[in-house]
Amino acid sequence: MKFEYDIEGGNFSRAGFASSEVKKKLRQLNVDIQIVRRIVVALYEAEVNVVAHAWYGKMTVDIDEEKILLILDDEGPGIEDIDLAMKEGFSTASPEVREMGFGAGMGLPNIKKNVDTLKITSEPGKGTRVEMITYMKGGKNEKS
Amino acid sequence: MERRCLIMDLQQMANIIDGRVVANGNESRTGYNTAFASDLMSDVLTLDQENVVLITGLATLQTIRTAEMADINCIIFVRNKKASPEMISLARESGINIVECRYTMFRASGLLYQAGLNPVY
Repeated sequence: MKFEYDIEGGNFSRAGFASSEVKKKLRQLNVDIQIVRRIVVALYEAEVNVVAHAWYGKMTVDIDEEKILLILDDEGPGIEDIDLAMKEGFSTASPEVREMGFGAGMGLPNIKKNVDTLKITSEPGKGTRVEMITYMKGGKNEKS
Repeated sequence: MERRCLIMDLQQMANIIDGRVVANGNESRTGYNTAFASDLMSDVLTLDQENVVLITGLATLQTIRTAEMADINCIIFVRNKKASPEMISLARESGINIVECRYTMFRASGLLYQAGLNPVY
């Protein structure tokens, strides 16, 4: 089962709309409540990143019996140094993003904590792709 | 000295901090016994606990969204911050209660702690 949502860069009042829709869908599909919570936290952080940094983005959610695959593809400035971006406390967020309660350099580490696999690829000047996988069984949800 | 921990309902909490319930998005069946105070939404999103009360001075739509994602169903806005009609509408839709209070975050947190709410850690 696959769902797609558009994300508008810079539109802070709409940030979280797509993640909220995914949360409703996952609940309807009776996905384990702890898995839903972890996924939507990761998804929301990723969505806020797209709104904060990119011009346009697309969120794709692909669910099967084994796993949930989440992909955020954006057109934007990209990330020059992904290892640096992953460091807690590092941020290039604008004052506007900080006023919304984000931009403290905690987003990517928190995404990593909440999903089973995280893969970030980026081309500076073009955009970024964030791929996250959460397994229905045997992932971090069962280890914690 | 041993601390007295209590489970309280929305109105009891509002009374303790001289606050006003402006959105009653859900009737919590279990009541509240834990709270977390922060203006940093990324911090809120790192919480693992459920049924936590969020005490914050950041009154934006993203505060409501953050609560929704973190399964927080009660927000207390301190320092006289007001929830906009858009925020109240989103809170109701998401089953989130909102209390507005004129006290500082320190005072509101202190009073609720004294009354028996627990910290998350």
